Amino acid sequence: MLSRVADSIYWMGRYLERSENYARFIDVNFNLMLDLPPSEKEQWEPLITATGDRELYISKYENFDRFNAIYFLAFDDENPNSLLSCISKARGNARTVREKLTKESWEKLNEAYLFALEGKRKKIWQFEDPRGFFTEVKYSIQLLYGIEDNSVARTEEWYFRQLGQFLERADKTSRILDVKYHVLLPSPDEVGSTIDILQWTSLLKSVSGFNTYRRIFGEISPSGVVDFLVLNKYFPRSIFFCLCEAEKCLYKISDSSGHGFTNSAEKALGSLRSQLEYYDVSDVINYGLHEFLDNLQIRINEVSNAIHQNFFKIEHDQSFQQMDQ
Amino acid sequence: MPNVSYTHNDSYDEMVDISGQCRPHYLKFKKLLEEIPDEKLREIQQSTERAQLSMGMTFNVYHDNQGTEKILPLDIIPRIMSGKEWQRVEKGLKQRIYALNLFIQDLYNDQKILKDKVIPQEIILSSSNYLKPCEGLTPPREIWCHITGTDIVRDKDGKFFVLEDNLRCPSGVSYLLESREIIKRAFPTLFNKIGVRPVSDYPNKLLHLLQYLTDSSKPVVGLLTPGIYNSAYFEHSYLAQMMGVELVTGQDLVVKNDHVFMKTTQGLQQVDVLYRRIDDTFLDPKTFKQNSMLGAEGLFDAYSAGNIALANAPGTGVADDKAVYAYVPKIIKYYLDEDPIIPNVPTYLCSDEKERQYVLEHLPELVVKETNAAGGYGMMIGPKADKNEHQKFAELIRKNPRNYIAQPTLSLSTVPTLAESNIEPRHVDLRPYILYGEDIEVIPGAFTRVALRKGSLVVNSSQGGGSKDTWILYE
Repeated sequence: MLSRVADSIYWMGRYLERSENYARFIDVNFNLMLDLPPSEKEQWEPLITATGDRELYISKYENFDRFNAIYFLAFDDENPNSLLSCISKARGNARTVREKLTKESWEKLNEAYLFALEGKRKKIWQFEDPRGFFTEVKYSIQLLYGIEDNSVARTEEWYFRQLGQFLERADKTSRILDVKYHVLLPSPDEVGSTIDILQWTSLLKSVSGFNTYRRIFGEISPSGVVDFLVLNKYFPRSIFFCLCEAEKCLYKISDSSGHGFTNSAEKALGSLRSQLEYYDVSDVINYGLHEFLDNLQIRINEVSNAIHQNFFKIEHDQSFQQMDQ
Repeated sequence: MPNVSYTHNDSYDEMVDISGQCRPHYLKFKKLLEEIPDEKLREIQQSTERAQLSMGMTFNVYHDNQGTEKILPLDIIPRIMSGKEWQRVEKGLKQRIYALNLFIQDLYNDQKILKDKVIPQEIILSSSNYLKPCEGLTPPREIWCHITGTDIVRDKDGKFFVLEDNLRCPSGVSYLLESREIIKRAFPTLFNKIGVRPVSDYPNKLLHLLQYLTDSSKPVVGLLTPGIYNSAYFEHSYLAQMMGVELVTGQDLVVKNDHVFMKTTQGLQQVDVLYRRIDDTFLDPKTFKQNSMLGAEGLFDAYSAGNIALANAPGTGVADDKAVYAYVPKIIKYYLDEDPIIPNVPTYLCSDEKERQYVLEHLPELVVKETNAAGGYGMMIGPKADKNEHQKFAELIRKNPRNYIAQPTLSLSTVPTLAESNIEPRHVDLRPYILYGEDIEVIPGAFTRVALRKGSLVVNSSQGGGSKDTWILYE
């Protein structure tokens, strides 16, 4: 397939997943606030920090109130990662490669974009309860995934989109966990308190993982949640699971056996995956959760750069000479 | 049904005759239309617009800084043509394209038609669409104009005239195909009752045509687009998708040793045929415009060397020049020894002194067009323009007579159209598509453009026009 098309599809996968995750971010934080004692102030700052766009936010807004935060995360054109920016970029990418998408995929994505745009027009961030909107965005993207799952042929196009989707999801799950790191508890004594547990619970709910967690671990505990969201082999939003899926995509793309690596992208991803494979949760906690997540995000970026080098910016003169001989 | 208010003016109406009687081929449809309540009709119209929006059936409007994407409004009331009427149009178009193809081949090779002084040499050589690099070239299978969209209009007596030949990159066919799908949903029960000829195999026919242009046993076909900012990008991606071929931009291509390759994730892959939707002079910065970023360097050399087929062939635009258009009846006579089945609109060439004089004296009655412009730009409709504009065009013509032609204002035919309060007549033109491969084939359907504003004659999508589904009946 054309390098340009692969590039667009990969990023379409990333942006779509990112916009869905932003909808989740806002939803989870909103839920969290509902359970706070009336004396506590809403905390939107940790969420902004976890997205990595804190500096941009501070340059534009004076405080971290709910309206500003939700506007910034969901609708601000000047925030390149806002939900609307991402869905608009996903749709832009889809438009450039529309001939590669099924009619249904394109139409659902286009409709999701129009819906998000409509949300801005309706000033959703000023609603008393904006959750319906974000749930709808989440579902429309999930619907799109469902349609694709059942209609897209498992050829390169599919694997490039999946690759983008799973790398993005691994990154975003790490950021969701990081929110908890940044959320301040009323006092250090509150660790393990009702509030603490409520926060971990709503975090699990934000990744649609609460019921699954209950079945596997039973009791809500910080280390259990970290174990579940970082290292679980079966849950489709755990970081380890996402990295394994992404790695399979890379092997499919280069049509290799999956033993060892054939290019620098496989190498970078394979070594990250195998590190997690042999970690247990105490290793993560000992490393320091925040530091661990920080490092993970950097390494996912490195994988993404290697993908770019290997598939989107191939040295075409070289491959031509090989063909010529 | 809302009242079909027809106060007849000068125009020919496609549905009712001058006495207000419904023409036979519209009877079944009109009866059905009368059974649909007004609100229902408006509901269908609204859902049509929603469908277009969801489908992203949009085009980019140039010279428009506000929102770059717009839908081309699709009026739900179709334009219907009887099988018999169509047969004549079909025959006339085949004749025209066959002759034009012979003409282009002759121009770039023996130039017999110039030597025989049927067309003045300077008209050709001064055309900006005449491409010197094509001299001596014969494209694969001796076909130059593979895909043509010819604009046809009807005068007040119902007679057809060719308004212009679009031989380079005619657009609109995707609207024809997609509109049909939408209208099928709007009037699901009608189609087989009325006997509408299908159009959906167009992409298949186009693919066969393109594959026919190469000897390769497993032809690699691509559609070359200027990219997402082009107003017809929707169509480019639509056709590539429907044919299952690669949609490529210039940057995806690289030319080595006179062969053309695409840059893929697995390295380079050779391309055999390109359906190009980029204008001639943007195809290759090496041979043509040096500053073009749209094409691929060396593409023309690869084409000259016979290593890639291009559709439409570069150079076809010479027959698009509106001054050359004036000679098409003579071209048909010269190569085929036949009279044109569909005549031209009478055309005055401003390069001719006598005709120019006439044009300058009759500007308020005439339509003046730039010989090399398209999309409704660079034209003046005499009766609708004011004195200042007449003056402006008089000067333009005097300054550069070769650049202008003039035609009498035709009163285009009308088709019932859903207007604000009623169904009212609106002016239309007709763009059928002709494919020239192993045979010449006219697609039984057309892109009908409609001037949605009351009384307006301007149907161009870039100038506020809309479209209609065009039904060609079996009988």
